Amino acid sequence: MRAIPPRLPVDQRAAAPIGDGREPAIDRRRFLQGAGGLTLAFYLPPIAAKAAVRSAPAALAAPFEPNAFVRIDRQGGVTVIAKHLEMGQGVFTGLATLVAEELDADWTQVRVEGAPADVKRYANLLMGMQLTGGSTAMANSYEQMRRAGATARALLVGAAAQQWGVPAEQISVADGLIRHRGSGRHGRFGEFVLTAASLPVPSDVPLKQPSQFKLIGKPRLSRRDSAAKTDGSALFTQDIKLPGMLVAVAAHPPRFGGQVKSFDASRAKAIPGVVDVVQFAAGPGHFGGVAVLAQNTWIARRGRDALDIQWDDSAAYRGDSGDIAAYYRSLAEQPGAIVKNEGDVASALAGAAQLVTADYEFPFLAHAAMEPMNCLVRLGDERCEIWNGEQMHTGDQAAIAQLLSLKPEQVEITQLYAGGSFGRRANPHSDYPLEAVSIAQAASHQGHRLPIKLVWMREDDMRGGYYRPAFLHRLRAGLDAQGQLLGWEQRIVGQSIMQGTPFEQFAVKNGIDPTSTEGSAEPYVIPNLRIELHTPRDIGVPVQWWRSVGHTHTAFATECMLDELAAAARQDPVRFRRALLAGHARHLAVLELAVAKAGWDTPLSSGGDGRRRGRGIALHESFNSYVCEIAEVAVSEDGGLRVERVVCAVDCGLAINPDVITAQMQSGIGYGLTAALYGQITLKDGVVEQSNFPQYQPLRINEMPAVEVYIVPSAEKPTGVGEPGTAPIAPAVANAIFAATGKRIRRLPIAEQLRT
Amino acid sequence: MTNLKVNGRSVSVTVTDDMPLLWVLRDEIGLTGTKFGCGIAQCGACTVHVDGQAVRSCVTPVAAVAGKSVSTIEAVAHDAVGRAVQRAWRDLDVVQCGYCQSGQIMSAVALLRSKRTPSDADIDAAMSGNVCRCATYVRIRAAIHEAAKSLKA
Repeated sequence: MRAIPPRLPVDQRAAAPIGDGREPAIDRRRFLQGAGGLTLAFYLPPIAAKAAVRSAPAALAAPFEPNAFVRIDRQGGVTVIAKHLEMGQGVFTGLATLVAEELDADWTQVRVEGAPADVKRYANLLMGMQLTGGSTAMANSYEQMRRAGATARALLVGAAAQQWGVPAEQISVADGLIRHRGSGRHGRFGEFVLTAASLPVPSDVPLKQPSQFKLIGKPRLSRRDSAAKTDGSALFTQDIKLPGMLVAVAAHPPRFGGQVKSFDASRAKAIPGVVDVVQFAAGPGHFGGVAVLAQNTWIARRGRDALDIQWDDSAAYRGDSGDIAAYYRSLAEQPGAIVKNEGDVASALAGAAQLVTADYEFPFLAHAAMEPMNCLVRLGDERCEIWNGEQMHTGDQAAIAQLLSLKPEQVEITQLYAGGSFGRRANPHSDYPLEAVSIAQAASHQGHRLPIKLVWMREDDMRGGYYRPAFLHRLRAGLDAQGQLLGWEQRIVGQSIMQGTPFEQFAVKNGIDPTSTEGSAEPYVIPNLRIELHTPRDIGVPVQWWRSVGHTHTAFATECMLDELAAAARQDPVRFRRALLAGHARHLAVLELAVAKAGWDTPLSSGGDGRRRGRGIALHESFNSYVCEIAEVAVSEDGGLRVERVVCAVDCGLAINPDVITAQMQSGIGYGLTAALYGQITLKDGVVEQSNFPQYQPLRINEMPAVEVYIVPSAEKPTGVGEPGTAPIAPAVANAIFAATGKRIRRLPIAEQLRT
Repeated sequence: MTNLKVNGRSVSVTVTDDMPLLWVLRDEIGLTGTKFGCGIAQCGACTVHVDGQAVRSCVTPVAAVAGKSVSTIEAVAHDAVGRAVQRAWRDLDVVQCGYCQSGQIMSAVALLRSKRTPSDADIDAAMSGNVCRCATYVRIRAAIHEAAKSLKA
């Protein structure tokens, strides 16, 4: 999601934020445009706004909201409103850090709640829509959230100055305490919120210099979501239960594009607790099927399993994974659309002393977040309420509004924690939210005007499509007699993620989806370079971005090919890369840091257990962050593979929360390792062969390597960390396997390829 | 009617005997800290204790726990081992998305109740049934060692 998506002309009013479900809703009253394109929403002072409807004591209890991102209550508690989804990546903590830094808040008094759908106030500033993705959360919020905190601080200081009758310049703030230097008078934030709410909001407030930071860059700043996620109180979509709510579990077509021909619901309806059975229509991006509505999830599931459905597969996709791979290889025989063409590759390869060729193949991958997809819908008169771990508010709001013939602002979205996502909850076709709404519509037509919670079982989630697309990379590269890289030709074959989505018109140029090719051969200095792309449109498998998007395959093809070239040139893989990185200081810096920390130049100990050991390296930039990973593997006599240690160096600009960065590198490595070792969705006659964790094997604790993470100190603008740790691990492991065994891994997953 | 003891309280539910404990806890009793991940005892998100033993509640029929003592993440702080594990999880900021962590914590508490100083191999054996797609495994391991240390102190 690197390309800039559309600025949707959506005029939206706030939905009441519920956050973790325990906070009262606050009415939004008024918006003002901030300077410099920054949108801050301001509210009328609570007393003035509420005077007509509230009793005096209630008005006095109203919190102080200096802008759309901060709320301070009378007890001094600070609530940060997060415009981005917390799906594990630590963004609640990150955004709160920025606000609290400039507010000089007491960190222990800071809590976070998710923002409602409201693109005017909560747009991702790099995208123009409310979306969490492309590892952009901190990059686009860095100034905005600090400004929100600084503005609130200025108002509190102004209020204290007024209450104490002293000049504001003599007031300091630290750890949530406001203090007047001359008199020693002091007070907590809560004592000043009423006055602060009556002051004019300053339009321009100074921000701290990095040397003044107390929270930003602190090695350990506790996550704001740790407490609720360790006592069972954190609320996910799965956990919401509204009065009268029915749970829907749906039967989906076994093949993509299949339709319901007929069905018999009598066995399902005979189950006590099944309330009704409804058929719902497919849309351009979501399944049609039959849903069982019941009083609880278990009964709904039993009812679903008892349905007898005849499917019409006349328009369904019936491909096999093996056929797709063969088809991609045949496409790679033909020239594709030109992505890059520098120098004269044909001549360079023709004149090469050594030609190295390889096909690298990648399967479909499911996201397999721990929380299977789900969505809660309540249809009302001229409105629709949604509860969702929402990664793309603006897109889902627009799609639901279109389905229901409503205006986007009539679709209210309450944000919840997401039990992982890895991209899945930002579906550009709004698949599962539209399915939920379609079921609620069908239920409504059958007289059930009740909240409906759609719950996908694990099998529905795994077979629900929207996979990382399968890809083939065909590479040919040439070396001269001295082992210098002369030319590189890369043909890429795979489905487009952007085609057919609202992103297409902005992202896809000349038929080239940049997410199919991003990161290929980069950033190496190659004198003759040609990259071509085939984008098959006749594969009926729905595809979507998956943690680090195109980099999931381009990093592998690039970094494995470099390793093959280094071997052909009889050069050390690190030295070979260094020579091609002139002018790329940040790449070189993470490379050198990882090399030093891993002890690359010291031979790996044999371990003395008969297993063959090797080290492998991969270097990759994605989402403007630079990551180098060095993996150490051990391969046993019978081909058993163990990744023992991973050293990771990352440059993500200014490190806002070093511990979150470390956690995201650990996470990306673990997530990428699952895909490298085991991950594949395969099709037979159009039916997905995997359905649950036994067939789609996740990495477990006993397989997790020791991980060391080193962060390059930097004063550059902060960039993302949710995705960039993912892509380098598979090539680092593959290259380590070569170092250990001499065998090249050119197809993922590694699975049983080493078994003898 | 099935009578259960959940987190020290007596609860009666009117459900079929084969309804998994997971859904009884979540949908009938309203204890939503225990999570649904796979439904076939392959991911451990649904882990609870029955008479002190870690079990996968998604495949445990409610009838099988009638009259037994069930405890869930909501009651993890009711004893010293649970508190130590919870504290270690917070001190090390183990969680990411958090969805699997109730199950992780319940498995870790059961491990530490039976082995006060677990080795890495013990941790592998006790925790490999709990999947974390965020791969918080490095910190889970560290937090279990940390909790073990604090329980000895």
